[in-house]
Amino acid sequence: MSWIDIGSLDDIPLRGARLVKTAVGCIAIFRTAEAELFAASNACPHKGGPLSDGIVHGTRVTCPLHNWVFDLETGEALGEDARVATFPVRVEAGRVLLDATAIARRSAA
Amino acid sequence: MTRQKLVVIGAGMASGRVLEHLTDAAPDAFDITLFNAEPRGNYNRIMLSPVLSGEKTWADIVTHDEDWYAARQITTRFGEHVVKIDRAAKCVIGQNGAVPYDKLLIATGSAPFIIPVQGRDLPGVITYRDLDDTNAMIAAAGQGGRAVVIGGGLLGLEAAAGLKERGMDVTVLHLMGHLMERQLDEAAGYLLRKDLEARGITVMTRASTAAILGEGRVEGVLLEDKTMLEADLVVMAVGIRPETRLAREARIEVARGIEVTAQMQTQSDPDIFAVGECVEFDGHLFGLVAPLYDQAKVVARGLIGAPDAFVVRDTATKLKVTGCDLFSAGDFAEGPGREDIVYRDPARGIYKRLVIEGDRLVGCVMYGDTADGSWFFGLIKDETDIEDMRETLIFGPAFQGGAGADPLSAVAALPPEAEICGCNGICKGTITAAIDAGASDLGALRQKTKASASCGTCTGLVEQLLQVALGDGFEAPTAQPICGCTDHSHEDVRRLIKSMPLKSQEAVWQELGWTTRNGCHVCRPAINFYLLADWPLDYRDDPQSRFINERKHANIQKDGTFSVVPRMWGGLTNPRELRAIADAAEKYDVPTVKVTGGQRIDLLGVKSEDLPHIWADLNKAGLVSGHAYSKGLRTVKTCVGTDHCRFGTQDSTGLGIRLEQTLWGSWTPHKVKLAVSGCPRNCAEATCKDVGIVCVDSGYQIGVGGAAGMDLKETERLASVPTEAEAIEITVAFVQLYRETARYLDRPYKWLAKVGLDWVKARVVDDLEERRRLIDAFELSQSLYRKDPWAEHAATRADSYAPLADLTLEAAE
Repeated sequence: MSWIDIGSLDDIPLRGARLVKTAVGCIAIFRTAEAELFAASNACPHKGGPLSDGIVHGTRVTCPLHNWVFDLETGEALGEDARVATFPVRVEAGRVLLDATAIARRSAA
Repeated sequence: MTRQKLVVIGAGMASGRVLEHLTDAAPDAFDITLFNAEPRGNYNRIMLSPVLSGEKTWADIVTHDEDWYAARQITTRFGEHVVKIDRAAKCVIGQNGAVPYDKLLIATGSAPFIIPVQGRDLPGVITYRDLDDTNAMIAAAGQGGRAVVIGGGLLGLEAAAGLKERGMDVTVLHLMGHLMERQLDEAAGYLLRKDLEARGITVMTRASTAAILGEGRVEGVLLEDKTMLEADLVVMAVGIRPETRLAREARIEVARGIEVTAQMQTQSDPDIFAVGECVEFDGHLFGLVAPLYDQAKVVARGLIGAPDAFVVRDTATKLKVTGCDLFSAGDFAEGPGREDIVYRDPARGIYKRLVIEGDRLVGCVMYGDTADGSWFFGLIKDETDIEDMRETLIFGPAFQGGAGADPLSAVAALPPEAEICGCNGICKGTITAAIDAGASDLGALRQKTKASASCGTCTGLVEQLLQVALGDGFEAPTAQPICGCTDHSHEDVRRLIKSMPLKSQEAVWQELGWTTRNGCHVCRPAINFYLLADWPLDYRDDPQSRFINERKHANIQKDGTFSVVPRMWGGLTNPRELRAIADAAEKYDVPTVKVTGGQRIDLLGVKSEDLPHIWADLNKAGLVSGHAYSKGLRTVKTCVGTDHCRFGTQDSTGLGIRLEQTLWGSWTPHKVKLAVSGCPRNCAEATCKDVGIVCVDSGYQIGVGGAAGMDLKETERLASVPTEAEAIEITVAFVQLYRETARYLDRPYKWLAKVGLDWVKARVVDDLEERRRLIDAFELSQSLYRKDPWAEHAATRADSYAPLADLTLEAAE
């Protein structure tokens, strides 16, 4: 894996999210606890709602448009037959790192 | 056989353990010289906290005394600093002369991290690392006064507790949102804070130190937010870093610590070992004692020619503050693919959280009851398959197959003086006494005590008290819980927030036994509102518990863009404002401009990252947020009243503007819309608003509880008053009563249907004292919230509206 530094952990509010633009579309980076991050495709598969604008609770996010709830660990929507893509992300020394190969691989496909 | 020469630099716990192993296994193998900068030998540094608090003395914590060193023929050079390691000559140069070595062990430990602020060198600023620091603190505490401890980690909290024990006023400053954030999650951090506060220690989180002030000696601490704290003693306990100066100067490989192999030898010189807090192995640093003892064993075996290998293992943390029972082990925060099991017992102040990955337990945080800590720690270390006991795991080894937390425990734990019924001022004790005297159902209780006999919002709690007292003898009709996170209803939670009292979300989750880590999208906005409405000064609004519209101060549209509605006071505008709106619409390519039903202009289709900029432009023309997105005051619709209309009886436009200027910015359970009509022809459609005032010749008719949405409803008359001032007072009191007692997301008409118009009239119109209290409470809250969020966000948070990063180019390369 090759990791891209996308910013400081402090820039993502606790129980909040920020958006990262990539060649394969927007990815939301969720901060579910002091040092717990998840990354998933920003668009809700229902009507395209921006998940980075949702309320983050536990390791889940609720879409702001119609309250679909996604488990960020698996990307699956609760009670719906749908999921969002998830991406490897980690924290190192207060910096947020996103896996570049995962983004690139998808773009090649 | 000639003995080899071993020199040890540093007489701490790790090297002490090396010497024990070494002299036991091979008493005659080495001539040993032991340097220590401190003028004493090895003592149990972990026990400095009990020495500080007075529970132990220095003599109790000495590990190796003079006799011990003498019996093993160890030459001690205590109080002597090592100046240099000469690797070419294989000797260590101390202040009082050189000592040659065959083998060298570096055990220089760690040094406290000093935050680089002005005033850090002032007398009275000390760190917490060794006996001298401890004695300095004991001496300072003898003078009494105020202590500020910077750092809410393990060491800082132990220092704080010790200083408090010795009679100082202690404040702990912590940079992060909760105490001990590396070992604890928010819930356990909350309980710890509560316990510390209960013993009189002040805890300030998100507190960043700007400077330490004083002339000649420390006098105070200044925070980044300009708060000034007086201090006679400042203890810096923000962390430690490996002490590597000697190694670095001897050109031994140092990263963050001295880099060692699994045999604890330095990378390039197999004759030099290092052990303890000064080393770095495989990217890890070490601060707790368990791994240090493992390292010591490896070093001793390496020295006698029977090499072993050091492996990093999980470690567990316990805080050594009497009465604060916490335990954490393993990894409970980072990484996807994990599941939580949470158990809370509010009555006993217990919180337990297990983190499971696949069929293994990987982390554990406990507070209040840590009896099972070592059992869980064992499961983590041994990587035991826990699949079969998953359901009952959290209850510990002794309890396989038990029931969940008791939803009644929060009520059972309330003290007798806790107020249950706010309307009639009835405490828990009065109610339980009535139950004891024979009242066995709600009707009898209401008759006897008046509890829940007025607005009825505390009915759930009164029923729970009956259930606690009568057990199976009472069957309560079940109230609808807020959401899946709790068994409590909105009404119960509102009442308990006031009576317990609860002043943070963490407090609500813990004390009321939430079953989830931090709520969900249903309960979080409700709890956030209740807390800020009931504790305006204590509770800080949490944007992350708000729906996106209220977090970004704009309405989200179906394509993810936003709409922007500037406020037009009373529906009045002017050419300058209209020009600014037109300019903004053009500059930011606003696709749709629409006039709203609330007498203002909506700019639809603005991109998130443009929001702070369009706001800044509108601010320049004097336009502020219209709060068209909030559960709060929306608009006050008016007609032109006496200004132009030939039928107008009063200045309806002016009254509308004054009402809007009084009420704007306040948060309410649901949106609130007002209107003022200048005569009964009612051009402002005041009779279907939450509050609608119709002006007549004799004064002002105030109607409330109208609706023109999903339901259609005409307002009911709350009062008719002769003066504009009184019309404003009654409106404000009405809104405040609604803020204090309504359930989140009930519009006023729904709330009125529950509490009854008469109940509201009694408080807002008839009881002048209560009316005054409501108005004062509203004003207190408005002193913080009557301001333009757009200006604030545009100035300080513009970055957060834009993407964190743009990798579109990077990925293409």
